[in-house]
Amino acid sequence: MKPRAIWQPGQLVLHAVLALMSLFCLVPFIIILSSSMTREMDILSNGYNLYPKHFDFTAYRYLFQRMSVVLTGYKVTGLVTVIGTIGSLAISAMIAYPISLRRLKYRRFISGYVLVTLLFNGGMVPWYIVCVKYLHLHNNLWALIMPSLVNGFNIFLMRNYFSSIPEEMHESAKIDGAGELRTLWSVILPLSVPVFASVGLFIALAYWNDWWLGLMLIDKASLQPLQLMLRTIVSNVDYLANSSVLSTGADQMVPREGVKMAATIVTIGPIIFLYPFLQKYFVKGLMMGAVKG
Amino acid sequence: MLRELSRHKALYLMTLPAMFLLLLFNYFPMAGIIIAFKNFNLSNGIFASPWMHPIYENFRYFFTSDNWVSVTRNTILLNLLFIAVGTFVNVALAILFNEIRSAWFKRTAQSLTLLPYFISWIVVGVFAYNILNYEHGMLNEWFAKLGMDKIDWYSRPGAWPVLILIIFVWKSVGYNSIIYLASLTGIDHTLYESATIDGATKFQQIRYITVPLLRPTIVVLTLLAIGHIMNSDFGMFYSLVGDSAQLYPTVDVIDTFVFRSLKGSGDMGMSAAASFYQSVLAFVLVYFSNRVARKYESGSALF
Repeated sequence: MKPRAIWQPGQLVLHAVLALMSLFCLVPFIIILSSSMTREMDILSNGYNLYPKHFDFTAYRYLFQRMSVVLTGYKVTGLVTVIGTIGSLAISAMIAYPISLRRLKYRRFISGYVLVTLLFNGGMVPWYIVCVKYLHLHNNLWALIMPSLVNGFNIFLMRNYFSSIPEEMHESAKIDGAGELRTLWSVILPLSVPVFASVGLFIALAYWNDWWLGLMLIDKASLQPLQLMLRTIVSNVDYLANSSVLSTGADQMVPREGVKMAATIVTIGPIIFLYPFLQKYFVKGLMMGAVKG
Repeated sequence: MLRELSRHKALYLMTLPAMFLLLLFNYFPMAGIIIAFKNFNLSNGIFASPWMHPIYENFRYFFTSDNWVSVTRNTILLNLLFIAVGTFVNVALAILFNEIRSAWFKRTAQSLTLLPYFISWIVVGVFAYNILNYEHGMLNEWFAKLGMDKIDWYSRPGAWPVLILIIFVWKSVGYNSIIYLASLTGIDHTLYESATIDGATKFQQIRYITVPLLRPTIVVLTLLAIGHIMNSDFGMFYSLVGDSAQLYPTVDVIDTFVFRSLKGSGDMGMSAAASFYQSVLAFVLVYFSNRVARKYESGSALF
């Protein structure tokens, strides 16, 4: 299709609208970044802004001097993300593959068993009691991993991918004398790298950004995931600001507003940094899921 | 049966870890829903705790409070607002992406609109604070510069349905437009070419080709969203509204209410009753919305 001249004004409007939409999505990130590098005095007198009047890295310096807090959050979240993603991918694939096979007689029953969990849930209260009282998932690392290891949507996404692999692949492997596991390992898995990449990314992102499990099941500061650490820093700086009404001098130097923003940047840093690489697989995975709801 | 199981022993064994975890984290809580009828205490656990006298006492407590009306209303109205406005914006953005000619511009715009989806609601909460707070919020600074009065957003419940709507769209529009875009990628381009030859304007092409092609996806996604109308995004409400009790009249939803009764006041009975009420209504809605979606387009629903 060649662009025709009469569409040009239309294309201009299109570009303008999309540019505005992109700006709308981007601007909050810019404000945070700029606020984190703004002199505290400027924030106090002029508020947060799109660009710093004077560049100043006191907030980062203040934060890095108390880096152990942030590092704890990083360690917890990093560990949870790695273990959780690998575990979840493995366990989901192990159930998704069998239920994708027509030759398996009870696959419908197993699919139904998974499906029920998508239709009905007992709600927050029984879930909480089961986790804390019966499974003792309270104030330990497993509490941040176990409850979200299995998710029906991921299972069905993987099942759909596996069942799109042609039957002949299984047949020819069988003729070559490969058993079930051998077929899975050396024929199916190599073909399934895309679905593992995409679903793995969904899972990893969910673990990295998770704070629900931390909020419900963790009280200890040393086990708080990164996102809750950010929340604590934001409200603790508030606390500092409130209590320093009484004192003057040294406390005045704490860049309270700047530190909140610097902590936010440090929290989202890895995601933003990896975003260009992640985005591709993410969109692919979305397309994969969208083909069959 | 045994022969089938032993013939595919390895395959069946592989499903066990996931089945077991679903049993623990999904089926046990389903059974645990009976605590809504119990006088629960932690040391006895779910099954050994005594029944309530009368058995519906927890529900009486919940339904006689003013809360249940307002949280139910907020949950349903806010979700309807999200579905209506969200769908419109998502479809519009997908159409724009579909129409735009320059590939690099499309790619860049897509990356930028998807970016908010990648950050957590906690971070979004900080963003909102940054823009909305009374003293240094950017919006108020702009108001001040324009000679207008500053607005204390966090004490204005009336403004929050719209504010949350904007933030909701901001976070999800990139993601959802990709889903709609995916159903447009298969379009046969000769349709547009012949329409152009017949003298159809761009708007007519969108109106009579693109929108009808999107309609099944729109209907199905809307139906499924209606199925989840009783469940709010807890993270969004919790991190944006948090403890700002002044905002509860308009933006307190069932999920946040249950959470507060559970973790805050420790009112296990009331929160279990509210949680039960939500689960049952949600199940009915999810079930029927999927039935309707399947009727509309088989294969689109969950079952």
